[in-house]
Amino acid sequence: MDAVEVHRHSFQRNRDWYIDQFVQHLVFLAGISAIVLIIGIFFFITKEGMAFLFGDVSMSEVFGSMFWEPSDEDAPDYGILALIAGTASVSGLAMIVAIPFSLGAAIFIAEFSSGTTREWLKVLIELLAAIPSVVWGFIGLSILNPLIIDLFDVPVGLNVLNAGLILGLMAAPIMTSIAEDALKAVPDRYREAAEAMGATRWQITFRVVLPAAKNGLLGAVLLGVGRGFGETMAVLMATGHSVNIPGSVFDSVRALTATIAAELGETARGSEHYGALFAIGIFLFVITFVINLSADLIVRGVKES
Amino acid sequence: MSSDFAIAATNVNFWYGSFQALFDVNLKIRRGKVTSMIGPSGCGKSTFLRSVNRINERIDNIRIQGSIHVLDKNILDPDVELVQVRKHIGMVFQRPNPLPISIRENILFGYKIHMSTRASKRQQDDIVEQALQQVLLWDQVKDRLHHKATGLSLEEQQKLCIARLLPIKPSVLLMDEPCSALDPKGTEAVEELIWELHNTFTILIVTHNMAQARRASEECIFMLMGKVMEHTPTQEMFVTPKKQETADYIEGKYG
Ligand SMILES: Nc1ncnc2c1ncn2[C@@H]1O[C@H](COP(=O)(O)OP(=O)(O)OP(=O)(O)O)[C@@H](O)[C@H]1O
Ligand SMILES: [Mg+2]
Repeated sequence: MDAVEVHRHSFQRNRDWYIDQFVQHLVFLAGISAIVLIIGIFFFITKEGMAFLFGDVSMSEVFGSMFWEPSDEDAPDYGILALIAGTASVSGLAMIVAIPFSLGAAIFIAEFSSGTTREWLKVLIELLAAIPSVVWGFIGLSILNPLIIDLFDVPVGLNVLNAGLILGLMAAPIMTSIAEDALKAVPDRYREAAEAMGATRWQITFRVVLPAAKNGLLGAVLLGVGRGFGETMAVLMATGHSVNIPGSVFDSVRALTATIAAELGETARGSEHYGALFAIGIFLFVITFVINLSADLIVRGVKES
Repeated sequence: MSSDFAIAATNVNFWYGSFQALFDVNLKIRRGKVTSMIGPSGCGKSTFLRSVNRINERIDNIRIQGSIHVLDKNILDPDVELVQVRKHIGMVFQRPNPLPISIRENILFGYKIHMSTRASKRQQDDIVEQALQQVLLWDQVKDRLHHKATGLSLEEQQKLCIARLLPIKPSVLLMDEPCSALDPKGTEAVEELIWELHNTFTILIVTHNMAQARRASEECIFMLMGKVMEHTPTQEMFVTPKKQETADYIEGKYG
């Protein structure tokens, strides 16, 4: 009698089952809402920008002209060439600064330091990564600006050099931490094998670890580039914000992102100018999406192999 | 007298932190012979082996006392250069660990590190072929020398791991259960290979496989709880063990 009772109970759904189901649904909802939100944002941007993309202004003018004068009442210009040049020059310089710094730091942390030094450095890197971009912009504005004017004897210190340095320093911590992950993902037995054959630390790093981690490192660099393209506040503050195709690092430029941030508030909703800013948004979205996706695919490729 | 021995350990004590793993180990390993090391799991076989090429020092917090003479030089002396130690003492690990580079580069890895002059392409080709021939791997891999070594079968990987030591011409080979990741066929092949090599090198091999110790070694060391219990010619150990513990272990009483 008792035994039968036990059996009947043990096949019934108990409280744990309901909790499990509830949590499963909750997690699913959380996950799906993130995706829905992103798709929603994408649709919103596209909808606002579409009218402009298929409007009166031809795309060859947008991508071919270097004049961005949207508020000219008679003949507004919507050429984003100079803005692209601004973003590209600043991001390019930023990468020249950030790549050696971050790879060097990652190699040092992952391969050459140990114990408390390593832990401290990692905390420090995390702290640097957490500095808000407006603070970086402020550093560009109030420290680098006079410094550049003094050092190079130029009239303005808000230029490609300033923004590139600031953006490079901004991107370096996150690149360092991703690059360090990539180095750490290299199994230790490779290092041990190489060491047992008499390789020194440098030889292990350069002949074994770096080749094994090269995809992950490339991913880190790409994510840094993506960060550079998308960064707004610091470049708004440090570039000088003047539409210009730079001839040297001492020229002021204006970035795509900064343009949106600075002008969106002043435009009438639905106007051509408004649409143009959203079209820039789409352009940035596509570029960063492609960069981040390829970075992600590359990094994922590392994990699988 | 010492020239008869490739490795001579005297009063070696070893600690991982506060845990002592080796107690007063005294061992003399004969030059040009295969010596096997047996004993239950955790008795310190790997610890001893890894002390001989000082790869143990990768671990933080270890401490070692005593002396280990390899070719009449105490490798624990402070003036000893680790790179040289490892040039003369090659190691084969339990889990095959070819580097994630091409087969060819694996073979040339040690060579490039230790030789100061750059070998020509032809010389390198010769080195690669010779090493792979010696481990009976040449015919299988000669058409894919530029493929990643990590794509080989475990048996091939382990042979490659032996082959890559040969161009450096070490005098001692340390092998820590080199066959335990292999199937019986692979085990047999690698054992045969070890036997082929034993005149050129002094080989110290850790194994859990009693039959392997018996087949493939000339001398045998039995360890227990961080101590050397017995060190005799292999046949003697298996036929007339001196200690009760040895007999028990050989009969499988320690599992
Ligand atoms: N890195 C380490 N830190 C702390 N203790 C360790 C470490 N490596 C090994 N030990 C301990 O030292 C003792 C000897 O280990 P060792 O690996 O030398 O044994 P072994 O004879 O090779 O065993 P097995 O046959 O399982 O490989 C064991 O008790 C082990 O737990
Ligand atoms: Mg072991």
